[in-house]
Amino acid sequence: MEYFLELFLSGLTRGSIYALIALGYTMVYGIIQLINFAHGEIYMIGAFTALIVASVLTLLGLNQIAIIVIAALIAVIYSSAYGYTIEKIAYMPLRHAPRLSALISAIGMSLFLQNYVLLAQTSDFLPFPSLIPEFEFIKPYAHIIRSSEIVIFATTALVMVFLTFLIKFTKIGKAMRATSQDRDMAMLVGVDVNRVISVTFIIGSATAALGGVLIASHIGQINFYIGFIAGIKAFVAAVLGGIGSIPGAVLGSLVLGWTEAFFTGYVSSDYEDVFAFLFLVFILIFRPAGILGRSTTEKV
Amino acid sequence: MFLTFPIMVIRVNTVQDTIEWRWNNLLFVGLGSFVLSFVWRYLLKRKEAGKKKEEQGAVVKTTWGVRLLQEKKFFIPTLAALAIFAVAFPFIFSMYQTNIMITALIYVMVGLGLNIVVGLAGLLDLGYVAFYAVGAYSYALLNYHFGLGFWAALPIGAGFAFLFGILLGFPVLRLRGDYLAIVTLGFGEIIRLILENWNDFSFGPSGIANIPRPGLFGIDLSLQGATTYLYFLMIGLTLFTIFVVNRLQDSRIGRAWIALREDEVACQAMGVDKTKTKLTAFALGATWAGMGGVVFAGKTTFINPASFTIWESIIILCVVVLGGMGSIIGVVAGALVLILLPEYLRAFSEYRMLLFGAILVVMMVFRPGGIVSTVRRTYQFETDDIKPTNPNANA
Repeated sequence: MEYFLELFLSGLTRGSIYALIALGYTMVYGIIQLINFAHGEIYMIGAFTALIVASVLTLLGLNQIAIIVIAALIAVIYSSAYGYTIEKIAYMPLRHAPRLSALISAIGMSLFLQNYVLLAQTSDFLPFPSLIPEFEFIKPYAHIIRSSEIVIFATTALVMVFLTFLIKFTKIGKAMRATSQDRDMAMLVGVDVNRVISVTFIIGSATAALGGVLIASHIGQINFYIGFIAGIKAFVAAVLGGIGSIPGAVLGSLVLGWTEAFFTGYVSSDYEDVFAFLFLVFILIFRPAGILGRSTTEKV
Repeated sequence: MFLTFPIMVIRVNTVQDTIEWRWNNLLFVGLGSFVLSFVWRYLLKRKEAGKKKEEQGAVVKTTWGVRLLQEKKFFIPTLAALAIFAVAFPFIFSMYQTNIMITALIYVMVGLGLNIVVGLAGLLDLGYVAFYAVGAYSYALLNYHFGLGFWAALPIGAGFAFLFGILLGFPVLRLRGDYLAIVTLGFGEIIRLILENWNDFSFGPSGIANIPRPGLFGIDLSLQGATTYLYFLMIGLTLFTIFVVNRLQDSRIGRAWIALREDEVACQAMGVDKTKTKLTAFALGATWAGMGGVVFAGKTTFINPASFTIWESIIILCVVVLGGMGSIIGVVAGALVLILLPEYLRAFSEYRMLLFGAILVVMMVFRPGGIVSTVRRTYQFETDDIKPTNPNANA
């Protein structure tokens, strides 16, 4: 039973991280129907920025809570700025181009960012300080759950609630929904579509950066390549849940996280990804629009 | 400038707890981005101006590339010159160059195969490399266990890939657009991971070595000779591929693919069997990848799962999109540019992948239709107007 609980929690952690990245994917996709391959790179840049800021602050001798808050904040701000710039450079000129062109542009951007970090920093794995302190109240359960895991769940839950609120009840959320339904029509009724898209990219990048900081301090090391793998996994999760839907992204991520954790725990770790992908194929055969996706009937 | 500050200027060394401040980098980045932003603005403005001119109905100058392709008196000499160049290539350049050219030709072939799936039938396939792997492994394993030669393995590898294409085709028939993309991506990863982990079958990550090069009627060839031979073999196979794809494009099934890409519902209403059409697209596309895989195994004489990662699929997809979807000449040009470019960018050594990424972005921003995008058959002009109204159909 304890083993089960451990796997359950490890799956929950993974799922939460995937969710933080998948949220950005799904939001961007929902609005401009683009698979943003560079999204994983933003996550990676977030982790790097946090590492750099944290190291500088440690040398300055601040206390731990201050370090983590400032590092995460700066990482989020930087990554948002990156997301905004990437959108302006690589995607905005392609608004009316064929969708595959934008996809290739995204792939190019992803390659560029990876190599940029590789050149400017290093190709080695960098040890990442565990920023999150061990909480006192968790001591008796320390063999099952780490405090960083709790922080991860809490953050994901908060972000999801915040995003749902933002999209359901605020003005910009309304504009986002309008844009995703029909961009031209939204423009006609006075929505500044470019601004909405920028805001989407900024929010998506911010959540990805948060994910980057949290997972890096949970796992304890980063390198320039982490973004790509995480990006693919998060994209799978977003599709699994039904791309374009926010609860769907979270649900898909959790399902994917649990699937991986339980399969690794009970069967074998070699075929973990094989199973995850088979599971995805299986779900999509029965629900071609994802778990929470609405299947749209095409009208002529 | 603000953006690049932390990553460029500060390099942390967490092991020794030291921080390097690299202020001099800041200067370069600042200057560079200042200049680049002007160039960028200028180019964007030019692009806008060009678009406006087109909209106003001004005579659009046909570029030399288009004239080269459409007017016979330019086309035939160009073709002849290319043919002579292709024949003379291995004798003029070194073996290293020839080897790169062989790789490029393999990509031409595989790219043309993917062009059937993505360009003609409009099904976004991100796991195309799986079929490539199937081809390569079927040659390697058949040779290892049964001692089959290259020529026997070529059709068998293609056949296996064909079967896998159908196998993948069935579950994904109902999916469209990005769901299809992610399932094919998953499929590609599944094949790679199985090859990596099933040690008894595929020898795992260590791969299979000592795969014989293709032989010429049992004559022993030197390494140089074998390379030259393989080069001509690839030229032949590429020409064969171009011929077949060209014929396919104009055939009944080719038109069905294009129709399916433009509008699925209308296509079904016209009596095209959607299932059959999609399956043939997958299977035929896979066949070329399988053949490409066999040649790849024969060329490198060593394969392991690391050659078949998702990056490979993405590069093949880039070949198709960069060249211009659905256009054969475009794909050929795309493959040559994309494979030769990183080789010649070696002069910039460590910056080459950085440049490569940047070039992809710039290419797409300024020529979203690919290198050869203007070549469209004239009778298609009506579909051009209809296309944008239904985003689902060409997803």
